[in-house]
Amino acid sequence: MAKPFLSVERLTQKFPDGAGGALTVFENATFGVEKGEFVCILGHSGCGKSTIMNVLAGLAEPTTGGVIMDGTEVSGPSLDRGVVFQNYSLLPWLSALKNVTFGVRARYQDWSKTKVEKHAKEFLAMVGLEGDVVYRKPSQLSGGMRQRVSIARAFANHPKLLLLDEPFGALDALTRGTIQEELLKIWGKTEQTVFMITHDIDEAILLADRILLMTNGPFARVAESVEITIPRPRNRTEIVEHPNYYAIRNHLVQFLGQHSKDLAGQENSGENNAPETVRIDMTQEAPEEEDASPHLRAVND
Amino acid sequence: MLQKLELRSAVLSLVILFVGLFIWHFSTYVPVTGPVGVEFSQEQTDALKSQNMVAEDIEFYASQGVEFPQLEQIAALGLSREMIDMAGGIQALGISVPDENSAPAPGSLFPSPSQIGVELWATITDPFYVAGTNDMGYGIQMGYSLLRVIIGYTLAAAIAIPLGFLIGMSPVFYRALDPYIQILRPISPLAWMPIALFTIGDSELSSIFVIFICSLWPMLSNTAFGVASVRHDWVNVARTHELGALKTAFTVILPAAAPTIVTGMRISIGIAWLVIVAAEMLVGGTGIGYVVWNEWNGLRLDRMIVAILLIGVVGMLLDAIFGKLQRAVTYTE
Repeated sequence: MAKPFLSVERLTQKFPDGAGGALTVFENATFGVEKGEFVCILGHSGCGKSTIMNVLAGLAEPTTGGVIMDGTEVSGPSLDRGVVFQNYSLLPWLSALKNVTFGVRARYQDWSKTKVEKHAKEFLAMVGLEGDVVYRKPSQLSGGMRQRVSIARAFANHPKLLLLDEPFGALDALTRGTIQEELLKIWGKTEQTVFMITHDIDEAILLADRILLMTNGPFARVAESVEITIPRPRNRTEIVEHPNYYAIRNHLVQFLGQHSKDLAGQENSGENNAPETVRIDMTQEAPEEEDASPHLRAVND
Repeated sequence: MLQKLELRSAVLSLVILFVGLFIWHFSTYVPVTGPVGVEFSQEQTDALKSQNMVAEDIEFYASQGVEFPQLEQIAALGLSREMIDMAGGIQALGISVPDENSAPAPGSLFPSPSQIGVELWATITDPFYVAGTNDMGYGIQMGYSLLRVIIGYTLAAAIAIPLGFLIGMSPVFYRALDPYIQILRPISPLAWMPIALFTIGDSELSSIFVIFICSLWPMLSNTAFGVASVRHDWVNVARTHELGALKTAFTVILPAAAPTIVTGMRISIGIAWLVIVAAEMLVGGTGIGYVVWNEWNGLRLDRMIVAILLIGVVGMLLDAIFGKLQRAVTYTE
């Protein structure tokens, strides 16, 4: 079997629990991401999503297991893996433009100053930041604008893998909607491989090709991989009309509401640790559904 | 609104100044009373002249308030004024001037604002004269002090900032050096003076050393603290962009810690300026601190107060420079 572009293999993370023992956050987490794919990971707080993210970014070391990207093992942070942090992590003493050129200069050290600036402005324009606004400091920008700068910085570097750590978590719903669309646009243009953490089910359906579902911690694992069978280009007002939308959404709600709890705390043997692939497609004649068909349930179930 | 606020505070400042000067003026005001002159009648003058007293001397003693009976005694001595003066004046001969006519009241010993004003004007208009080793313009003396402060302070910054960086970035160094810093920091800089004088020998270098040692600690601890408390996210940004240690230090940690570092530099320059005055009082020779001590020894309180005033002004200017620098590096998150 050919390895996927990004292969996360039997990742286990244990932290000291403060009482002399060890707390296993997640165990034998295994999944793959294909090149150009947009994958979201959903799960309750404490299941170790952020820790997985940090391991992928190279900012943290897993207790056991490893990550292989494009044939080489991940160790330490790298320009090949760009990160957009939840709190933007812009350098407050630099203007929006300088924050982006900071990244571009690190990536393309042989570029001339004008080329770096042109490239940075191009990507800022892609997320809707043009004109004088790029010369403002982060403190003079709204939360949404800051996150746009952060996204532009990450995309401008053309990383092989882009990691988004709850990028819209701190934004209000309206701003979130706009930036999600900006993100889709810029992603469509760059064919970037994206791995994103989110808490928001609708956001995940809108953005992702595939959603990974994690069970609750401790001993969390990636239990399911749900394919989003809604054709692109998507847009937040139209996807709700698609017959698959509520079927998928209900499945996700069901999992997070019930299954994630039921499956929690099971120390799995490590044999069957790849996530179970779930494909829900109501547009086909005979939908092959493994789970008890959730699409008739109310959303608030 | 703001303009109005500025105007109001400026007016209040001036009112406070005038009230202060007014109180100062009246608490130091004692009317200067000269001796009360005495008038003699023609017969009295003639009587004295007949005793071989010169008209000039009669006029002089009269202006000094010496009454006729005493003057008769003087005349009876048959001595000229030069000889009386050589003998120690008329008092030494047992002839006293009546109290009510007595010698001038000296005014107050503490200079009044107007005397300070005169002295201040003289200093400002001619700050660089050299009339001898103990009599130089305050501009020159201030220059000596500033030079010592700048040398000692620059040396301290050159050591404290890199060392602070190291301490802030490395928990091992932080813990290893912390006890020494904690013990050395609270020592009064002047307590180092005897050690400096003994080991270095030269008084000039010793005062520079004292400035060095007192500027060191605030810069060192502020740099270490600023560097250690740089947000981890920003360091992660540097890491995910594969910046090397040196590049991370200069492009992320230095700008992030700059406000704290400059605060330390500002505290240090303030302390250095406080200490140089005390150090120069001890060491002597040149410098504005020595001037204060020298004028005190000469009881020229007016000149001493001018020197003190100038110390304040220069200290304020030094602080303002660093205040400006601080505003330049401050950022809002």
